[in-house]
Amino acid sequence: MTAALDRRPVSPAPTEPRPRAAIEWGPALAGAVRKLDPRGQVRQPVVFVVWVGSVFSTVLAITDPSVFGWLIAGWLWLTVLFANAAEAVAEGRGKAQADTLRRARQTTVAYLLDGTEVPAADLRPGMRVVVVAGQVVPGDGDVVEGIASVDESAITGESAPVIRESGGDRSAVTGGTTVLSDRIVVEITSKPGETFVDRMIALVEGASRQRTPNEIALNILLSSLTIVFLIVVITLQPLAVYSGAEQSLTTLIALVVCLIPTTIGALLSAIGIAGMDRLVQRNVLAMSGRAVEAAGDVNTLLLDKTGTITLGNRQASEFVAVGGCSDDEVADAAQLASLADETPEGRSIVVLAKERYGLRGRDDLPGAEFVPFTAQTRMSGVDLPDGRQLRKGAAGAVLAWVRAQDGPVPPEVGDVVDSISAAGGTPLLLAVAHGGSARVLGVIHLKDVVKAGMAERFAELRRMGIRTVMITGDNERTARAIAAEAGIDDVLAEATPEDKLALIQREQSGGRLVAMTGDGTNDAPALAQADVGVAMNTGTTAAKEAGNMVDLDSDPTKLIEIVEIGKQLLITRGSLTTFSIANDLAKYFAILPAMFAGVFPGLDALNVMRLSSPESAILSAVVFNALIIVALVPLALRGVTYRPASASAMLRRNLLLYGVGGVVLPFVGIKLIDLLVSLIPGIA
Amino acid sequence: MSSTAAGWLQAALLVVALVAVHKPLGDWMARVFTTDPVPEGPKSRLRPVGHWRVERLVHRAVGVDADTEQRWPVYLRSVLAFSLVSVLALYLLQRVQQWLPLDNEMAAVEPGSAWNTAVSFVTNTNWQGYSGESTMGHLVQMAGLAVQNFVSAGVGIAVAVALVRGFARSGTDRLGNFWVDLTRALTRVLLPLAVVATVVLVLGGVVQNLSSGTDANTLVGATQFLPGGPVASQEAIKELGTNGGGFYNANSAHPFEGPSAWVSLFQVFLLLVIPFSLPRTFGRMVGDRRQGLAIVGVMAGLATASLALTSWAQARAGGAALQLAGAATEGQEVRFGGPLSALFGTATTLTSTGAVNSMHDSYTPTGGMLVLANMMLGEVAPGGVGSGLYGMLVLAVVAVFVAGLMVGRTPEYLGKKLGRREMTLASLYVLVTPVLVLTGTAVAVATDTGLGSLLNSGSHGLSEVLYAFTSASNNNGSAFAGLSANTPFYNTALGLAMAFGRFLPIVLVVALAGRLATQGKAPVTAGTLPTHQPLFVGLLGAVVLVVVGLTYFPALALGPLAEALA
Repeated sequence: MTAALDRRPVSPAPTEPRPRAAIEWGPALAGAVRKLDPRGQVRQPVVFVVWVGSVFSTVLAITDPSVFGWLIAGWLWLTVLFANAAEAVAEGRGKAQADTLRRARQTTVAYLLDGTEVPAADLRPGMRVVVVAGQVVPGDGDVVEGIASVDESAITGESAPVIRESGGDRSAVTGGTTVLSDRIVVEITSKPGETFVDRMIALVEGASRQRTPNEIALNILLSSLTIVFLIVVITLQPLAVYSGAEQSLTTLIALVVCLIPTTIGALLSAIGIAGMDRLVQRNVLAMSGRAVEAAGDVNTLLLDKTGTITLGNRQASEFVAVGGCSDDEVADAAQLASLADETPEGRSIVVLAKERYGLRGRDDLPGAEFVPFTAQTRMSGVDLPDGRQLRKGAAGAVLAWVRAQDGPVPPEVGDVVDSISAAGGTPLLLAVAHGGSARVLGVIHLKDVVKAGMAERFAELRRMGIRTVMITGDNERTARAIAAEAGIDDVLAEATPEDKLALIQREQSGGRLVAMTGDGTNDAPALAQADVGVAMNTGTTAAKEAGNMVDLDSDPTKLIEIVEIGKQLLITRGSLTTFSIANDLAKYFAILPAMFAGVFPGLDALNVMRLSSPESAILSAVVFNALIIVALVPLALRGVTYRPASASAMLRRNLLLYGVGGVVLPFVGIKLIDLLVSLIPGIA
Repeated sequence: MSSTAAGWLQAALLVVALVAVHKPLGDWMARVFTTDPVPEGPKSRLRPVGHWRVERLVHRAVGVDADTEQRWPVYLRSVLAFSLVSVLALYLLQRVQQWLPLDNEMAAVEPGSAWNTAVSFVTNTNWQGYSGESTMGHLVQMAGLAVQNFVSAGVGIAVAVALVRGFARSGTDRLGNFWVDLTRALTRVLLPLAVVATVVLVLGGVVQNLSSGTDANTLVGATQFLPGGPVASQEAIKELGTNGGGFYNANSAHPFEGPSAWVSLFQVFLLLVIPFSLPRTFGRMVGDRRQGLAIVGVMAGLATASLALTSWAQARAGGAALQLAGAATEGQEVRFGGPLSALFGTATTLTSTGAVNSMHDSYTPTGGMLVLANMMLGEVAPGGVGSGLYGMLVLAVVAVFVAGLMVGRTPEYLGKKLGRREMTLASLYVLVTPVLVLTGTAVAVATDTGLGSLLNSGSHGLSEVLYAFTSASNNNGSAFAGLSANTPFYNTALGLAMAFGRFLPIVLVVALAGRLATQGKAPVTAGTLPTHQPLFVGLLGAVVLVVVGLTYFPALALGPLAEALA
């Protein structure tokens, strides 16, 4: 697990969303016209009511022509078109990404082990194919033989090649990627048409989009409001007749359309598609919209220590001399012992010796023999030509080595080792053997370096009510120390895959939603159990299958961004719903006096906007209702501004903006439209 | 003391009394309805209490297993079956009263009126299309109407308690036992309170006898018939159970029902006390008293605003004569002054009581619109006994759904996720009353039979019909007068409005309770929408107003608003 993590880039640059082109309204309007088919339109109940209203008002405009009748009918059709266009625009944004992916899929042939050529479309799971340098991998699979560098830019957009090899956690290859060097044998794991790329295409195009639970629930509420307003208007006519103020059907249709929540009804699916798209822009593919919603709800984040919280590698931070040695002596020995050590830890020791103790770098030591690290000795070092043997390594191993040569162990060694461990560091003991006697020289303090800015992000998460748990293979004490430094809430130390799964289940049984990242096959059960399981693209097929999102950049830090995108999606939905309902107040004040002030002059007091004529008032409300959809499309696609804050702070802000704003804005908007509309002959 | 100052003093006294009583009463009810062997909520320190001996007798007599809890469909079936039997029994009793004792020589009630009255009292509406003293014998009054005053209130409490348990419990399909809840509501809450209230009322001068009435010679030498009857005992539960069905036609404006200002004020206290205490019960049972406080905050806020507006509207009535009198006087309880009329009118329409001490038909148009709007709120501020709490909780679910999204989480209330099923039930609940009120009104004004009962034409006539259907559908029962509602059309239509207006919401509420109880409880974090803070109280208040305002605005515009702005 940790080994796999160490291969990641040391400090993944924060992903910048890919730049987006401006909204392309042309193709969107064409798509909007295609969507006018009533069979598809029924899927959006609110818009469907407008559609029916448009049909009726058109018939009325034909049978009883008037400027007012035609204008109302026209604007109602525009309302439907704008609603459809909003969805088409959102869908269109996935197209570009899908086209790139499609190009990657165009591999036509595959070579079996015996050299026979078969069409890629005929590959079945279990078949083995050979891919050599320059060829495109014909389908998803696992490398079962060989090692190769692979260009995955067709899928990830990342041009640096990655290594794929048989066995372990780097064995998965994706169809459509190009092998740059060497030869590998791939066992195919997916059927044609169901490969990773195929699924990605379907997802980004929105073809396989299913409504998410919350979207369904909101749709029910909106439908119920639509029914209420339909009843309100249907029953209004008898009341109006009784009062001697019978209304034309066109006016009643206009009133219905203005009252039902058309704004949110029109934008609802665009918001959902755009949420998925925002993830795609950050190179994350969500396998279902449900996962994006769940991301907003996450209570607990499981974060791998290495690569997420700390930089990939430990670095030497100080040398502590023991047993009467001088600091320089220790630094010198440490440098010598590490010169040939190519591990990041080894190099950091040389760097520290140079920067802190002024030791010049020595290029090579003639006659010196490098002793590499092995799992048995748990030490590495160097045998110098003058007979000195320098060793550095885990405290227990080095002490055993010294004691085996009857060397003295200074009493303070234990304390130094303990204090370094307690501070979250890793103590490396440095010892020398010369002429049959050995002694401990000092202790090298290797430290996990917490990434810059992480403490602030975790504090942000805490304010949002999200608990962070650090997963690490380190022992409890070391883990706690790092957690304290990074501001993590809890740790799971010496974690096995079973521990992770158990932790997730424990959290979930308390009603919490858990998000995690993983890449190894042994992460698969935990990824499947987690509510949001983000698999790294570098991971195994099993991990990718188990998770419900894949991060193409393989950057575990992105989990935090995913949570924010989920929240932003939900906030956008709620804010526009509030806005939509709040709009109704102004529309009543426009339409009711227009309908009834003729019979009850007193009701003209409700005409607070002083709209010029009844026709103009009704038309202005309808026009505003249509235009506000267009005006809000960019907001729906971009998502409302999201700043991490506590729930009450967010509620206060959004209520003020979209609730109060939703009440005030239409008063202004309808008045402005009325000033224009009243210039039309036959309306004023 | 000016009558306005007296009005404020009365309101202040009322608030003090309610604040003092709601805690012990709310806590007591929370203890009474804690029946689960495991504590209702994780943080609730309530332990279940055993049955009383008299309750065991009742359970045995009815033949229920009081120690088995019911799943929601069974709980609901019990509520509906009990109510159906009640309607049939009450109908029968009215039809055969002439053959029974204590009939006071009253004839059988004719079928349409008997159906209407039976539904009316079982649904806690107490719409009265008849004149009490000239239609109902003492037996029907006591064994029929007064009994229903008790049990219909008990049913309301039971349904509310079931919903509260839905929020409090987790991972169970059991909601409690309806028969136990109903029995306890009667034996431990309504009966004891009613006894105390009756004594106070008798001391205050409300009559209590079984006399058929006496002829008295007045000072001017004429003869006047003085009706008697067991008034005080029925008066107590009429207010306590937010029923509102008066013994006399004039209801609490009758000197024998409302003999003094103090009694009138005490009646207002009685009708508000249980609805305002139940949120405390709710808070206790879900283990977070602040949640109850928030609900009561919304109720109190709306009630105060409504009272202030109504008093203002009544006080600024136009005309020199009225300004000289201090306020509009027509139809007011002139003995005690306008403010007490406004207070009584507001309280009776905000709770689903419908008892009156003044004639709402004669309020100023704005005042009339306000008492009408009070009922349109859906009887949630504080609403009827039980029904007010469950109505407000369903509206809270709707408010939390929209507001919860705005904090970036899928919405949850008290740790319960509000998903597709929950929202379906809540949305349908919100749909029921507006549909009943508006279709009923539309049908009435579109048909000759409906129009035939109108005494007034124009906007005021429309207000009268709108008021009748609003009152019936919301189970309020107060009348605007001016509408002769004792006709086959209105008896049937209003009867249907009352029945659907009561039982459709109950079906939805019990189903919602069942759904919520099966869910686990999500933990509260800093990311959870806080539902106990002033911000949420304001939001919920706004949702209540918006839901009402947007639905009834056109109808109000053509009715009282057109009249007010004329």
